[in-house]
Amino acid sequence: MSRLSIEKPWQRWLIRFGVFVAMVILTVPGLWVVLTAFRPNIEVLARPAVWIPQQWTLDNFARLFGLSDVQQGLPVAQYFINSLVISLTSTMIAVVIGMAGGYAFARYRFRGKATLFLAFMLSRTVPGVALSLPLFIIWARLGIIDTSFGLIVVYLAVNIPFTIWLTDGFFRQIPVDLSEAAQIDGCTAWQAFWKIEFPLARSGLASAAIFAFLTSWNEYALASQLTRTTASKTMPVGLMDFTAQFTVDWTGMSAMAVLIIIPALVLTFIVQKHLISGLTFGGVK
Amino acid sequence: MPYLLLLPAIIVILAVVLVPLLVSFWTSFTSYNLTKPATLFNFVGLRNYQRLMGNEDFWWAFGRTFIFVTITLNLEMLLGLGLALLINKITWGQRTLRTIMMFPMMFSPILVGFQFKYIFNDSIGLVNNALFDLGLITQPIPWLVDGTLANFSIIFAEIWMSTSIFAILLLAGLMALPKDPIEAAKVDGCNPLQVFQHITLPFLMPFVYIAMTIRSLDVARAYDMVRIMTNGGPAGRTELIWTLMTRTGYQNSQMGMANAMGYVSILLSIFFTVFFFRKLTAARTFMGGAQ
Repeated sequence: MSRLSIEKPWQRWLIRFGVFVAMVILTVPGLWVVLTAFRPNIEVLARPAVWIPQQWTLDNFARLFGLSDVQQGLPVAQYFINSLVISLTSTMIAVVIGMAGGYAFARYRFRGKATLFLAFMLSRTVPGVALSLPLFIIWARLGIIDTSFGLIVVYLAVNIPFTIWLTDGFFRQIPVDLSEAAQIDGCTAWQAFWKIEFPLARSGLASAAIFAFLTSWNEYALASQLTRTTASKTMPVGLMDFTAQFTVDWTGMSAMAVLIIIPALVLTFIVQKHLISGLTFGGVK
Repeated sequence: MPYLLLLPAIIVILAVVLVPLLVSFWTSFTSYNLTKPATLFNFVGLRNYQRLMGNEDFWWAFGRTFIFVTITLNLEMLLGLGLALLINKITWGQRTLRTIMMFPMMFSPILVGFQFKYIFNDSIGLVNNALFDLGLITQPIPWLVDGTLANFSIIFAEIWMSTSIFAILLLAGLMALPKDPIEAAKVDGCNPLQVFQHITLPFLMPFVYIAMTIRSLDVARAYDMVRIMTNGGPAGRTELIWTLMTRTGYQNSQMGMANAMGYVSILLSIFFTVFFFRKLTAARTFMGGAQ
């Protein structure tokens, strides 16, 4: 299994072919939707099927923002802003709270540590759908239903356990001696953390932040029950605007899909190295 | 000090997870109906649970969910392992391949639902179009309308979405694999299959359990996809606990009944997570001892 083993040429071609097929299966379904976003509706409905777009168009995107005279625009810009505000705010707060928790688990011995750790993990186990029913009742009574604030608080609870888990793993990898040495040299515990341990854990925190952002950005089950209007609807919930009782506006939906994917795609590709090490080392060790 | 650091996290979890769970625990003993708020205080004892025991639809959904999660987790693990082994063999352009491989991970589950609803559409879908143009079919195949095919389509979509997570984690494991034991085994005359079975696979097991734990935390993500692709149909043939629950709670307004279902579904999720978490802890100790 090592790379040092010498393969026969036909084996090498078999591996390349296998990789090629796998990559096609992994990318084509997504690319097909992206392609549809730039096509007129006639081409989508054409029979026999039109495989390569004959007329490229930006009309589907114009339609989303109300720039087309054919159809009234949807409040997509507002959904986008809601999504961005909710995801970014809850990510930042979740990383700070989760980091504090992860640090506590990595550095201190205290009573009930193992139980508390398992309790956090189990809280993540509760499916969003199971939470959305009781949260709906409580949030309605508190008057924070259909507000960004209400959803930010919910996403905090969704993201904190995973952030604790990842940061715990990262802080464990940083030797305790470093911060102890700094404290002997006259730093306070806080200074030692901020100047020594925090910079070393930065790549771990970055990957925790990405996971938190992607989770909030993509979440649907909770958002669909706790948001009602353009005041707080997020992009995934907004996708439902394209479905009527029996039909779906495929080109409009595809255009909006592209708007949802782009931020996630750009972010993930920029930091994919951190993402991999975050998933593995934070989790395993 | 540690308690102080953990306090904010504990408060958030109590407020957003534990309190709602207590509320839903209470409502599962009432006849709470969304349209009649006063029924929140109409205590009916175990009636919801009793009805649930005799509710055939619910038990079908329960069994289907269990089978769905088992099938997808195992297939994703096997396919992810295969993909990781393949990519690990490629020496040129591996980073690009890894990046491409992560493409499905960025898709929101609800987007995956729409995407495959579109692709499996019987009149304009990619799959049927391809089959038509290749001359393999003359009648459209009703991918999402036929019960068996709809289940297949949903499992396909779920596997498409999540195999990468397994592949990435297992690839990281393969890259961390120590070379010495493998060379030693080869000198001793082991064939590649034996090396894989006795050295590579045991070393990879912690990574497998990590992946299983992470994914089992997210099994409920299947809700979003199924909600969009079939919404439990045709005739309840793809109904999972979670789609049945929201239908009961919001469309039929029977919140009390839905929350009783919620409790049973939470038990199922906890079962999967505790199972893998225990395996993971054991594997972690093994890793700690081995290194």
